[in-house]
Parts: sequence; structure tokens; C-alpha cells
Amino acid sequence: MNYLVSIGLEVHVQLRTVSKMFCGCATGFGAPPNTHVCPVCLGYPGTLPVMNQDAIHYTVVAGLLLGSNISDYSKFDRKSYFYPDMPKNYQISQYDRPLCDGGSVDIEIDGLQKQIGITRIHLEEDVGKSTHFSGKSGVDFNRAGIPLMEIVTEPDITSADEAMSFLVALKQIMLYGEVSGCNLEEGNMRCDVNCSVRPETQSRLGTKTEIKNMNTFKGVHAALLYEIDRQVQALESGEQILQETRRWDPDAGITIQMRVKESEHDYRYFPEPDLMPVVLDSDKIEEWRAQLPELPRERRTRFVEQYGLPDYDAGILVEDKALADYYEEAAKQSANPKAISNWMMTEMLRLLSERGLELGDIAMKPESLAGLVKLTDSNTINSSTAREVFGILFAEGGDPAHIVKEKGLAQVGDSDLLDKLVKQAILDNPRSVEDYRSGKKAAAQFLVGQVMRLTKGKANPKLVQDLLRTKLDG
Amino acid sequence: MQSDNQNVDRIDVSYVAHLARLHLDKEEIESFQGQLEETLDYVRKISELDVEGIEPTAHAVSVQNVFRADEERPGLNREQVLENSPAHNEEQILVPKIIE
Amino acid sequence: MSLEIENLDLQAAVELLEGGSCSSEELVHALLSRITARDSSLCAYLSVDGDASLRQARDADKARASGSTAPLLGIPLAVKDVINVSGDSCHCASKILEGYVSPYDATVIGRLRDAGAVFVGRTNMDEFAMGSSTENSAFGVTRNPCSIDHVPGGSSGGSAAAVAGGEAVAALGSDTGGSIRQPASFCGCVGLKPSYGRVSRYGLTAFASSLDQIGPMTRTVRDAAALLEVMAGHDERDSSSINMAVPGYSSCLGEDLRGMKLGLPKEYFVAGTDSEVDNAVRAAVEECSKLGAEIVEISLPHTDYAVATYYIIATAEASANLARFDGVRYGHRAEGVINPIDMYGKTRAQGFGAEVKRRIILGTYVLSSGYHDAYYLRAQKVRTLIRQDFEKVFEDCDALLTPVTPTPAYRIGEKVDDPLRMYLGDVFTVPANLAGICGLSVPCGVSSDGLPIGLQVLGPAFKEENILRVGHAYELARANSKNG
Ligand SMILES: [Zn+2]
Repeated sequence: MNYLVSIGLEVHVQLRTVSKMFCGCATGFGAPPNTHVCPVCLGYPGTLPVMNQDAIHYTVVAGLLLGSNISDYSKFDRKSYFYPDMPKNYQISQYDRPLCDGGSVDIEIDGLQKQIGITRIHLEEDVGKSTHFSGKSGVDFNRAGIPLMEIVTEPDITSADEAMSFLVALKQIMLYGEVSGCNLEEGNMRCDVNCSVRPETQSRLGTKTEIKNMNTFKGVHAALLYEIDRQVQALESGEQILQETRRWDPDAGITIQMRVKESEHDYRYFPEPDLMPVVLDSDKIEEWRAQLPELPRERRTRFVEQYGLPDYDAGILVEDKALADYYEEAAKQSANPKAISNWMMTEMLRLLSERGLELGDIAMKPESLAGLVKLTDSNTINSSTAREVFGILFAEGGDPAHIVKEKGLAQVGDSDLLDKLVKQAILDNPRSVEDYRSGKKAAAQFLVGQVMRLTKGKANPKLVQDLLRTKLDG
Repeated sequence: MQSDNQNVDRIDVSYVAHLARLHLDKEEIESFQGQLEETLDYVRKISELDVEGIEPTAHAVSVQNVFRADEERPGLNREQVLENSPAHNEEQILVPKIIE
Repeated sequence: MSLEIENLDLQAAVELLEGGSCSSEELVHALLSRITARDSSLCAYLSVDGDASLRQARDADKARASGSTAPLLGIPLAVKDVINVSGDSCHCASKILEGYVSPYDATVIGRLRDAGAVFVGRTNMDEFAMGSSTENSAFGVTRNPCSIDHVPGGSSGGSAAAVAGGEAVAALGSDTGGSIRQPASFCGCVGLKPSYGRVSRYGLTAFASSLDQIGPMTRTVRDAAALLEVMAGHDERDSSSINMAVPGYSSCLGEDLRGMKLGLPKEYFVAGTDSEVDNAVRAAVEECSKLGAEIVEISLPHTDYAVATYYIIATAEASANLARFDGVRYGHRAEGVINPIDMYGKTRAQGFGAEVKRRIILGTYVLSSGYHDAYYLRAQKVRTLIRQDFEKVFEDCDALLTPVTPTPAYRIGEKVDDPLRMYLGDVFTVPANLAGICGLSVPCGVSSDGLPIGLQVLGPAFKEENILRVGHAYELARANSKNG
């Protein structure tokens, strides 16, 4: 029997506001526990929430980027349930009138395009964080009240790989839109995973389980592989799948049933009386739409057209917004954007990954890269020197022209001097000369190398080659 | 009153009390049962009215788009926060162990 | 000098202080003596901090000496135990807030402080403002100063008793369904519920967020106007507060009602209302007519559904508002609890009184799955009808005249075991909260048992000047006819 898999995700994305959703407390990660708190986000008696306007803006930007319909009328509701990390024991969320409806994300899977539908995007407040000791739990409310966008997908995802591609694509869009830091280590993106399987002969969806609180993409992938297999096994052996909430245990590599009663899902939503509705007129939405950043897909096409890059290279560059921004900055200052791209695709990415660095960590500025390309294009330095200079720039930054001058790295292009050195190389290596003349053309490379050695690598290799050829062939 | 539930006239006091996290004793459940049923019986008079096409009122004032600028403001110091809590260590508020 | 503190109203106190015939310290001292002498029988206050209030009074005297002319400089005020004052407890007359020290001032407290007011103590109330008799306090029953075995009304019973009993010059109350107007009526003082959005709710411990308002409770209508002037206005911390200029209420007052059209809603003059109440209110209407007002009979057809609508909406909102009292961040926590659910259940069972528990259960029920639409959603729609009733009559009328309550104050203990009968007493006050309009309670008579009777003046939203004008002119006329 073959089985069909249906996966829907609820992705929680923390917005990058400097203050919380409903109060002025800071949102920065890593502060000592309970130092980003005030009477409002601690739910003290008598306090009232006031909406952060940038949180509304960022959510709408996310919606526009995903092609959602932006609601002209939206409101907040109270979602009631008791939990120690939730100060008011209700969460201010959006129930029936979210800020954004619909939309989609395009993913590529095995070279094929697929569209994953977005059901809705709503805005809510994050909860605190608890840590567990023996017999007790400690609660830190710094995170409580950070604006949290919940992006809900249609059950369009059919495999763990697709879920992974979706999350990667979504993260890329959120980064492009600058609505979230999307830092997974800091919990900026978390998700709940709904998964069901059914025999391919069955049209109605199978009973779904929900895996809560996943905070890595790899975890989602692994948990889905396990859960799909578990459900298929269960159906194969004639068992019923229970609609339940499960938890992923990454150490054991399994999902485990959580103790949640059905009555816990009676959230008693009602309109938040302390917050007024959000009414966005079309002028405002159009103004925000006009300010939208270019998305990776459009940027890739533009890179190909504007800078003459191969589609593959453009694709790699736009994958990471920071990389693409860096590229454009350098390309704008260079007559040879293709060379810029070559440097970034090879040396830059290699060094970054070898040293485990991010683009933001390095001292080398885009203008330095443009300067380096200029030095090579004008034959001031040869390519091996250029690699050396790149290494210096990568590690220390600075002006490439200055480095070349200071270290005496300029290419030796003096043909009288080179002529002398070529003659010397021929005299010193009669075997190679003989090999060359007997047809082993590769021997010429050895002789070029000898000349390069005599100039400590600074000779213009092309010139050396020409001189050698003339002498050997003539 | 129109509702999907069969037991519309009888409120399940202990179930609702559990939802509201109120640990009631037997006598309380019994006395509340009668009092709440009497009250519910009374408030059901709103079902006499035809409310077809009437918009619900959630706010007594019709104001919209009340925002604050995204600006940081000082909050409380931690000592003050911990001082108010019934149980705490030097940095966190403590509760009985949360079991998932 | 000997101060007749028990008869001193706010305006007279301001004149004394401004004229230099007495200092704030002397005034507060006299008041504290009065409280000591009287409050053991009234139980109007839950706590009085003599040292702190004398300190504030001395600060006010110093400020005056250095030229300050703040409008309420050195004036002592009593505060209902539901409003946060920085550094003070705010028990809301509940055991569940034991140990809580407020780290902040409510917006109204900040405004009154800036205007020079001195806060002497916290007044008793029904727990979390849930009740109409102040019998639901965890810390004792307040008594009606006019008759010690009668209730003072509620939930702001402590504030009303303090003002009427000469233990406060003026006080703050809060009104969700009549909690300022009804005790003012029962005790014979003035109580004003401002329009929803007129006074910031920031710092008022919420009972029902879409209905709550803080308002003044005073000896005279003029005093209520003076306090409201300071308390009202936009607050960026309260999204429901309206950004609209605050009129100079005191300067809107006059001696006659010429040019005003006052409506008598026929649904408020019905069988079931005590005849003494009905007579006193009709006499007051007659007085207003003599003052030049045009009196017209009008109809508010959905009045009969107001109590039902109110008890659904108010308890629904309360069930969420009171969820935060869980023993985690502040207040009481039950001992020997083994997990969070156990902690919640026992803490809340020990911390809340019976009426609060009943309302939380009712509110939870009307929002719960399967019942939400039939109760809560439907009540919201009926609320629209009630609001529209008022909008319609206020197209024509400047204010409405009604009784505040169907009966004068009842005996302590008379209704404690019959919650529904207690709720039905709110029939004339809850519609104003549902509609968001303003309302004033002014004394208009005394029953044969010596119990005060109140006249309710209802006005359109954000037209407090209308009801203050009516109340003031009527009050003056009544005083003149009594004296004359
Ligand atoms: Zn805060």
C-alpha cells in the first residue's frame, strides 16, 4: 500500500522590533532573566496593552511578500489558557480577523517548482521561558510580550524534504523583508508541525498529530521522517492514529505523546477590550507595498541581466541576502562585475566556511574587493598575487592598492628583465627544453614556473609565456 | 436557547470550574449549581430578541488604530519584581515543576 | 481652630487652604482623628497611612509656601482599593492580592498627585468590584453612615460611606455597572460615572474592561466637576481613552436649566420601584422643570434586557481579567502545591470569595465552546441595541432623569444568598455602562426610614458638562428649598 502525506506548519516568527508588542520593554536576546520586564508584560493588576505600530507594519510586509490579502479590518482577541510562563493567563492573539489572509511560498524540490499555500498570518505576543530544576521550575519573563507572527500553511507539504525547503524559503523571505532576525539559536523562528498520512486510495485527510515547539529546521526534518514512518507503521498494523499533541525528543530520535487534555483546547476567544481594531486603508497598504524589498527570485533575474552573471552564480549569490547585498555594493564600484562574482563564489565562500564566519564578521569591505579586481584587470598584479592580497583583505581589511605597494607585490612586467630571466631558465633547464622540443608541450609550464620563482611569483605569467614560446619555438 | 449542546440548561459547574482553575469543594459546587442555573435562566431572556443583522458591540467607543511608536522604555528592576512574587531565587520566579 | 471636618466639602477645603486659614497638615490631622473616631463602626477604610498622608500634607504646605497654586494642593482624598498607587497595597478587597505592593501609579493618581492631592487611605469595596453592597469584601462589611445596619451599596461602598460619613472630603470610586452611582445614592452623596474613554483606566484593576470607569465621589456636584477636570483626558497608556479636549466642567455650572431638554425614560418609571423612590425622583423632575428645563417622556425599549446583557458581558470579561491572579508573580499562593494546576486551583479557591468565584464560572461558561454564540455573542448584539436606544434619544435630549435604584439601601445580609435578586437591583445603572454614556447620582430625598434616595442624570457620551449642569442646578435648588 502507498501512503500520501499531508503536512501543515504553524511557524512562529519573532519580529525585529526594539520594544515589545504591547509595552516599552527591550526585546534583545540574552539579557539576565527578568530584566526586560515591566508591570504591563508581567500582567500586573490594572495595566493595559498598547500596540507597537512597527509590529503591525512588519506583519503586513510579511503578508505582502507572501502574496497575502491584507485585511482592511483586523482585531485582537484574548486566547485563554493557564500556563506559568503566560503572565495574564490569556494570550493576546488574533482569532477571526487576522492581519493577513492567504498567500503562498514557492519552493524547489528535486528541480521541480511547487507552491505551498499560506492560510493566514496573525500577530500575537510571545510567552516567557521556563527552566526546570528538581521539583521546581523557574520562569524568566524577558521573552513575554515580544511580538510574534504566526504563519499558518495549508496542508500542502508532502514530505520532510518539502518541509525543510519551505522553512528555508520562508526564512529567506523574512530576512529579505527585514521583518525578523530569523536567528534560530535565539528562538526567532519556532514551529508546530501538523502531520497526517492516508492510503493513496483515500481522499479525505487522515487523522493528524501535532508536534509542538520545534526550534530547528533539522529537528523538523528528523521529527517528520520519524512521525510519517510511525503513522504508516501504525496504519499498516491496523492501528488508529489518535489526534494528539506530541513532542520531539531529539536525543532518542522519536516523537512522544504529550499529556494534554481535550478541554485544554477550549480557549474561550473573545475580542480584546483593551485594544482597538486595526483599520488599514488601501493607501497605507500601497505605500507599504511600494517600499517592499526585491525578493530573491526577482533579484536573481536582475543579476543575470544587469551584471551578466550566469544564472547559477546569481542563484547562489541571492540565496543569502547579506551576500547579495555585498555583491551589489562591490559590483556597483567595479567595471568587471563578473570577476567580483567569481571572487565571491570561490575565495569568499571558501574562506567564510573554512573559518566558520558570517559576512558581517569580516573586515573586508565591498570597495576593497572592487579595488582588487581593478588591480588584476589592469595587470598590476597577477592572479596568484591577487589571491594572496585577497587573503590579507579577508583577514585584516584595508586598501588593496596600498597593500600591494607596501608589500612590493606589483607584477613584474619589465620585458628586458623577464627576457633575461627567461634566457636563464632555458640555460638552467636543458632537459625541459629538450622535452618541449620533442613535443611535450607541458614542459613549457615548468619553465614558466621557474621564471615565476625567480620573480617570487610577481611576474606577469602571460608575458613570460609569450617570451618563452618565442625563444623555444623560434 | 439554540445551541448544539444537549445540556444547555444544566451547567457543568465542576468542568467549568476546572477550565477557570478554581478548585471548588462539594458544598460550593452544590450551592453554585442552583444559583448559576437561576442566573442563566434569567439571562437567557436575551434570546427573546431578534438580533438578525445586528453588529456585535465589543467596545463602548469607536476608536481605531491606537498605536505606540516602537521605542524602548525603562521597566522594573528585578529585585522589585522578585520581591512581589511568592517564591523566587536570585533571578527567576519559581513555581512547582512544570511537567509536559 | 476647630475644623468641622465632617461637614467640609472639597471646595470649602480648597478655600480654607488657599485663604491660609488652615494648613493641609491641620486638615489631614483633623481628618485622621475623625477616621479614628468613626471608622471602627463604619469600616469605610481598609487601610489608612497617617504618617504618609501627613508627610504628603506637609509637602503640600511647603509647596504652597513656595508659590504653588496647584488646584488640589493639600486636599486629602480617599482611594478605592482597586486603583494602583505606587508603593501601596492594592488588595481589591481580596485575599488573593495579599502581599502585593504596587510598583506604579494609576494615571488618575498621577494626575491628582500633580494637582497636589494627598492620599489618605484605601477604601473598602466588594471584592474586585463585584457586588452591590460591599458585603463581598474579604476584610469586613462597610456600613451605611445613615443607618448602621444597612448596606452602603457597592461596589464603591467604602468610598461612599467615607464621603457621606464625614471621613473623607472626596473619594475615588469605579463604576462597571453602577458601582459609583448606586452607593452614592444609598449613602446620600454625589457620584459620577464618566463616559467610557473619558478617564484613563490605566492602573484600575480591571473587572470588565469594556465597562469600567473611574469617577469621583463627593459631597457636592461642584466638587465632582472639579475632580473630573483633573482626572479626565487622553492617556497614551490606555488605548480606549479618547483624545478629546476636557471642558472646564466647573465653569459650565449654572443656577438654572433653561434651554435644556430632559427625557424621562418610561421604562425607568415602572411598578416594582419603591414608591418613596418613585415619588422623590418625580419631585426632583418637577424641580428641574421649575428651573426651566423642558421635560419630555421618551422610551429606551431594550432596558429590560440590560441586566441580562450586562451579566454576560461583564462576567465574560472578568473571567479573563481575573485569570492573572494565579499565585505566580504576586499575591497569595496556596501552600503545599505539587504542580502548576494544583497551584492554580488551590490558590484561586483560597484567594477568591464566593461572589467572585460565581462570576468567574458564569463568565467562563458563557465564553466556552458550544455556548459562546448563544450567550456572549448574542449579548454583544443586544448591547448594540441598547446603545442605539440611547443614541436615538440623545439626538433630541440633553440628559435623562431616572431613579438610581429601585429601592433605598437594604439591610446587611438581606440579599447575600440571593445573587440574582442582588443583580436585578442594578437595572437602572447598567445600561449607561453598556452604552458607554455618562451618569451622575445626586441625592434627591430621604425615605421614611431615613435612608437617602438618589436621582440619576444620564448624559450623552462625552457630555459630562450636561449632567453636571443639571445635577448642580438641582442640588442648589434642593438646598435652597430645604433651607427656605
Ligand atoms: Zn514590559
